[in-house]
Amino acid sequence: MDKVMQISIFAENKLGKMEKVTKVLSDSKINILAISITSTNGFGIIKFMVDKPELALEVLKKDGFTVSLTEVLAIEMDDQPGGLHEVVSILAQNNVNIENASVYVAESRKRAYLLVEVKDIDKAKKLFENTSLKLYRREK
Amino acid sequence: MFWQKQVETIGRRSLQSFQLQKLRKTVADVYRKVPFYKDRLDASGVKPSDIETLKDISKLPFTTRDDLRCNYPYGMLAVPKDHVVRLHTSSGTTGKPKAIFFSAKDINNSAQLIARCLVMTGMTRGDVLQNMMTYGLFTGAMIMHYGAEKLGVLVIPSGPGNTDRQITLMQDFDTTAIHITPSYALYLGAVLQKRGIDPREGLKLKRAYLGAEPYSEETRRKLEDIFGIDVYNSYGLTEMNGPGVGFECTEKHGMHIWEDMFLMEIINPETGEEVPEGEVGEIVFTTLQRDAMPILRYRTRDLTSVMPGKCKCGRTHRRISRIIGRSDDMFILRGVNIFPQQIEQVLMSVKGVAENYQIVLESFDEMDIKVEISRDLFDGNIEHLMELKTTITDKIRSAVLVKPKVELVEPGTLPVSEGKATRVIDNRTI
Repeated sequence: MDKVMQISIFAENKLGKMEKVTKVLSDSKINILAISITSTNGFGIIKFMVDKPELALEVLKKDGFTVSLTEVLAIEMDDQPGGLHEVVSILAQNNVNIENASVYVAESRKRAYLLVEVKDIDKAKKLFENTSLKLYRREK
Repeated sequence: MFWQKQVETIGRRSLQSFQLQKLRKTVADVYRKVPFYKDRLDASGVKPSDIETLKDISKLPFTTRDDLRCNYPYGMLAVPKDHVVRLHTSSGTTGKPKAIFFSAKDINNSAQLIARCLVMTGMTRGDVLQNMMTYGLFTGAMIMHYGAEKLGVLVIPSGPGNTDRQITLMQDFDTTAIHITPSYALYLGAVLQKRGIDPREGLKLKRAYLGAEPYSEETRRKLEDIFGIDVYNSYGLTEMNGPGVGFECTEKHGMHIWEDMFLMEIINPETGEEVPEGEVGEIVFTTLQRDAMPILRYRTRDLTSVMPGKCKCGRTHRRISRIIGRSDDMFILRGVNIFPQQIEQVLMSVKGVAENYQIVLESFDEMDIKVEISRDLFDGNIEHLMELKTTITDKIRSAVLVKPKVELVEPGTLPVSEGKATRVIDNRTI
């Protein structure tokens, strides 16, 4: 199981919602690697990349949160000008639309990953097979 | 299967002559024994002897809920006080309540009607009915209880709420039927699933009787699907001795009204005139065999229609369609009459929506609808949620002609329905 999974949580725009989520994760000793929030009029979705996504899904569900687990593509970027551009242009040239994206900094100033949600993840994965770019895999 | 086959399958002509006889007796009785009715009839210039045919009922004055309130507590009583054995009051939320008295005979009659209703849905001795309605001043639970006992069913008087205990009782005593409000039934289904019990496989449930709240055909189907059971509509009101006035048979196509007990009219609520058969109007009842508190032409405010034709089940008592609205629930927005059931019907037909919703009115031209999203269908995609919101908005707009402001909320955040659900919150003031 080397898929990179992301946790999505439905959240009404209410005070303290985020705090409740992070408490559940913290209580279960789950480490947050990356976070993004998309919000629209009235509600939003909080997305986390965590070290133990299956456990996170379980504990959040148990606490009554509306959650789902989806696979994302994590592409290593060079920490230099043009690093992001290189990744994004591969996707664009192959007509893969980025539905949502966030960044996971694994080691400051050394390693960072672009986390991308796309419709056809298998197709997107293949695009990077013959490039110098590396995909992030979860350690077993 | 029948409980009182002869009465239930009586020929229409015999039924009508029976009704006329009972109507004449009722009018004569109230004229003699209830000063309120004597004054009313005198004021309308009608004497009991003027009732010569069933059609003559239109000469009689109506009785409204205000009349019952104004005559609170004893004004409507047609028997001496020591002749009544039970008091119920109606679940009215505004002003004075309505006092409804029962003699021992009235209780027995109501129980007989319930027994007819239960048998009509296939219930027999050996069944176990868990009665999750509120026991107390409200007639729903008590009358059902008496009727089920009359039939010989084991009744568990659990009342509503305390869901975990309900589930334990259902499991330990192999409950085969529940009497429940639709909103609590939905909630119960959700709790069962949360506890890891499949309502279809993990219980012995066969039937549910819903009452006390309006709900849509979609909700019925949803409940039948969740529990894997037959769900039956029922109709009743405290003013007419509670539940069992009308009930569905196994055809599930309209509710038979027990016309040997209640003379039914469907009238135009504006003019008071009878509407042609099949047309929607307000259902009006005259009690035909009530002892303690006979009522003439009671305005229920419930809108329905008589379903034409005979029922396959063999019962001759006419059927009414699902109550399409109570004028009390109706609210007006931009001059449009809207029933919460119309909104509910739309919501239940949309995938991605959970059980609960709430309509909030803050102004006279806008309505906010809070809708709980379904936990199972959440996929983390914000676009899907926005599409859901648009679908709901469009569908409601085309159903009620007013564009709502839809708000998606988390499942379980709207007020939990362990009793009657509050569907409409009207914060408007003039």
